[in-house]
Amino acid sequence: MANIPVSYIARNLFARKLTTILTAGGMALVVYVFATVLMLAAGLKETLIQTGQPDNVVVIRRGSQTEVQSGIDRTMASIVESLPDIATGEDGRKLVSKEPVVLITLPKRETDSPSNVVIRGVTDHGLTLRPQVKIVEGRMFRPGTSEIVAGRAIAEGFRGAGLGETLRFAQRDWTVVGVFDAGRTGFNSEIWGDAEQLLQSFRRIGYSSLIFRLIDTDRFADVKREIESDQRLTLDVKRETQFYADQSEMLVKFISYLGTTISIIFSIGAVIGAMITMYASVASRTAEIGTLRALGFSRSAILTAFLGEALLLGLVGGVIGLVAASFMQMVPISTTNFQTFAEIAFTFTLTPAIVLASLGFALAMGFVGGFLPAARAARMKIVDALRAA
Amino acid sequence: MFVPFFIVRNALRHKLRTTLTMIGIVVAIVAFGLLRTIVDAWYAGAEATSSARLITRNAISLVFPLPLSYAQKLRQVQGVSSVTWANWFGGIYITEGNFFPQLAIETSTYLDMYPEYRIAADQRKAFLIDRQGAIAGRKIAEKFGWKLGDQIPIRGTIFPGTWTFTLRAIYDGADSKVDETQFFFHWGFLNESVKARFPRRGDQIGLYIVEIRDPTQAAEISQRIDATFKNSMAETLTETEKAFQLSFVAMTEAILAAIQAVSYVIVLIIMAVMANTMAMTARERYSEYATMKAIGFSNGFVAFLIFAESMGIAAAGGLVGIALTYPIADAFGAAMGTLFPVFFISRQTITLQLAAALLVGFVAALIPAWRVARVRIVDGLRSIA
Amino acid sequence: MAGNVAADVPGTGVGDAAWLVVIRGLSKYYVRGDQVIPVLADINLDVVAGDFVALMGPSGSGKSTLLNLIAGIDKPSAGQIHVAGVDIAQLTESELAGWRAAHVGFIFQFYNLMPVLTAFQNVELPLQLTALSRRERRERVENTLALVGLSDRMEHYPNELSGGQQQRVAIARALIGDPTIIVADEPTGDLDRTTAEEILGLLDALVRQIGKTIIMVTHDPKAAGRAARLIHLEKGVLVD
Repeated sequence: MANIPVSYIARNLFARKLTTILTAGGMALVVYVFATVLMLAAGLKETLIQTGQPDNVVVIRRGSQTEVQSGIDRTMASIVESLPDIATGEDGRKLVSKEPVVLITLPKRETDSPSNVVIRGVTDHGLTLRPQVKIVEGRMFRPGTSEIVAGRAIAEGFRGAGLGETLRFAQRDWTVVGVFDAGRTGFNSEIWGDAEQLLQSFRRIGYSSLIFRLIDTDRFADVKREIESDQRLTLDVKRETQFYADQSEMLVKFISYLGTTISIIFSIGAVIGAMITMYASVASRTAEIGTLRALGFSRSAILTAFLGEALLLGLVGGVIGLVAASFMQMVPISTTNFQTFAEIAFTFTLTPAIVLASLGFALAMGFVGGFLPAARAARMKIVDALRAA
Repeated sequence: MFVPFFIVRNALRHKLRTTLTMIGIVVAIVAFGLLRTIVDAWYAGAEATSSARLITRNAISLVFPLPLSYAQKLRQVQGVSSVTWANWFGGIYITEGNFFPQLAIETSTYLDMYPEYRIAADQRKAFLIDRQGAIAGRKIAEKFGWKLGDQIPIRGTIFPGTWTFTLRAIYDGADSKVDETQFFFHWGFLNESVKARFPRRGDQIGLYIVEIRDPTQAAEISQRIDATFKNSMAETLTETEKAFQLSFVAMTEAILAAIQAVSYVIVLIIMAVMANTMAMTARERYSEYATMKAIGFSNGFVAFLIFAESMGIAAAGGLVGIALTYPIADAFGAAMGTLFPVFFISRQTITLQLAAALLVGFVAALIPAWRVARVRIVDGLRSIA
Repeated sequence: MAGNVAADVPGTGVGDAAWLVVIRGLSKYYVRGDQVIPVLADINLDVVAGDFVALMGPSGSGKSTLLNLIAGIDKPSAGQIHVAGVDIAQLTESELAGWRAAHVGFIFQFYNLMPVLTAFQNVELPLQLTALSRRERRERVENTLALVGLSDRMEHYPNELSGGQQQRVAIARALIGDPTIIVADEPTGDLDRTTAEEILGLLDALVRQIGKTIIMVTHDPKAAGRAARLIHLEKGVLVD
């Protein structure tokens, strides 16, 4: 069976530049939004999953869901600390970090609007448990002082949180002596200080959460059962990875629902655009179709040619949209997580799966928009088509 | 009558194309309206506020409480007419998906300060005398099928344990802006239970609501309040109720900005679709427009025909879209449940929808009208052959 | 050549009622990049009122361009075109539009009717540019359609009419504004012999019975034979 050359298809798109640009442009916008939303959800997920270490365990008060709402008194903390499954650090002590976590309200640098920022009190073990946290400017805070270090996103985004600046809260001035980078993790959106100093100034007696490392990560289920069944403890136990993934669940869901809805609505518009273009393309080339058929090209060759044109249109739109979306990777985004009420910074992340999904989406739009017009072209009778000339 | 007839006949020439274009516009206008309504819903809390109410909270953040002893000091601040308070309970009803705000309130003073929550007198009385009584908004009561006298168990996240309340009253909002998804119960009941179990956590207040005599004095009174507690154990931050609500909106402004941007991208997409339609239409009619120009019609008149057709199609699609926005927004609002307690289409949204539709029609006609006006008559006539 | 020129001293014929069209030194060329393509070169031509002129010539001879220039839908590169005393080469584009509305009736090879308008509305179209009342318009359209023999087809759309009928509608549209001059570009080019004869007969009648002036481009010798005067063009110049 004779096939119509691709160059014929491509030249037809080129011949009607304005129409092609407008149609592909519409599709590009749809793909751009589609990809951007997926990148947003992927970036957020990645940030919160990477925040946790697989062999770290987070313990909070039963039912409290977030560290900020949680409270663990010292008795409970020491019971947990005595578990045999907890790894031992280089200093010979158990690898446990007992951390107070509170929210403070800080003004954003650009808009001056207040937002909640997590302040975490850590010990030297807290740092060992999070190897991804690295000081990039200044130095670490000295224990026993009113010194703090700020995550990169906070140092950049909030007034008073930059290196050398001071923040006032809990009747004290706190000096930012360092800025840390924690890769793509939620810690970038936190401020860290000395646990005991923070407990004192906030007048707290209990911790918010306990983080420890397991000797054997496979023993997690046993440890969890042991803590949760202990009558003296009212605590929830989660792997750190799971803990952070759970915290972003609502936000990820919200973004993907909204994104999917919007993408579907958008694609209706783009498919209609493609349909209008392809119908017009078929109508204006009726005589040409008749000639091709008279020359011996089959109906399916005509169908293929017009579908090919629509798919090419979709592909062009898809590639343009995807290229535009990939630039979004340079834009940092920061918002409040509904679940924790705390600021979380993340980036748009383009993954191979998103590239495939976006191109598939673009081709699908081209296919849906092109099918009916292509079928009309293929159905034409040779004599009728030729007469239209 | 001739010109409108001519335009309508032209618009209906390619019924399929015009229909597809209109569907596109309808979809875009509905989506645009829906997204704008979502943004409005976000701001609804701030819209329903009173300028005579100030909110005083711990300066560090909302997580930190204020002592009960502040109530007396607040009442003595000049310009303050009354004071009430509430604690955020943050509980879960059955599952985490059933979110609605629960507030432990200082009962009668709170209800007096919020007359927009309309409660029947007998129900109010029943609530006040039952220490474990609760008030629910109409919307939330209907959602869960609660009736007066029902026992409602709520699992605390901040205050551990399961708390059971008896529904004694249901309130209705004074207007559509009032949030009907809130759940109120006695602060005294919460405080007693907490004190019994965690003595250190007793007598703590999440928010003070301060009513002032003269709303124009809000800024001065706020400063006066904060000065009163300066350098104390718990410094305060006082702002108008509206500013307080807006600070929540601001926290999610990145998402809001994205939704707003998307609503405009929709208009852009449909603009491309419509511009494409009009470009093709004009191209097909070059010789007709050239003939009209030859007969003596001006470039302006021919351009007018194109603009009128384009804007006519867009306006028709826009009107259908606006009409459809109502049922779709209702369904969406119902599906979202308590996430958007207040969800209705504002007049501004409708105006913007219509403006967007007309803008789409106008922009879509620009290039075709310009091309047709510019094309030489002899070339235009030739394009038929 | 001299036979085509009205007066020995150019210009004296201008404004003279007898000479409806006076063309002097008319040239038209196109510029494509650095190439100049001449279409018409130094044309002098006069047409008397009430004449029926056929412009003939092979393809590319410039006959259609000359017709377009006289009709005021194309601009000359040089020269003057006086029609009823006005040098239309000097008019701006918008002045030309008004001038055409008042003075020119057009007949095209493919009729160029508005497919979305009825025969009546197509004929009425030029009257939309005038201040006539609805009733006056109706009367004139009905009279003109009667003149071309289409009284019973007024409410039909172009696609419901035969080629000959469509051309009659087009002729009625050309006549309706009582133009000074009617230009026809291959008016029978798309019609069969019999229908073409009918249309030519109609044009002839317009000249003889109501004194219209018609300039017609054609490459059909039979059509040209119906004209009162034949003008030949070859490679952009007039030949006898």
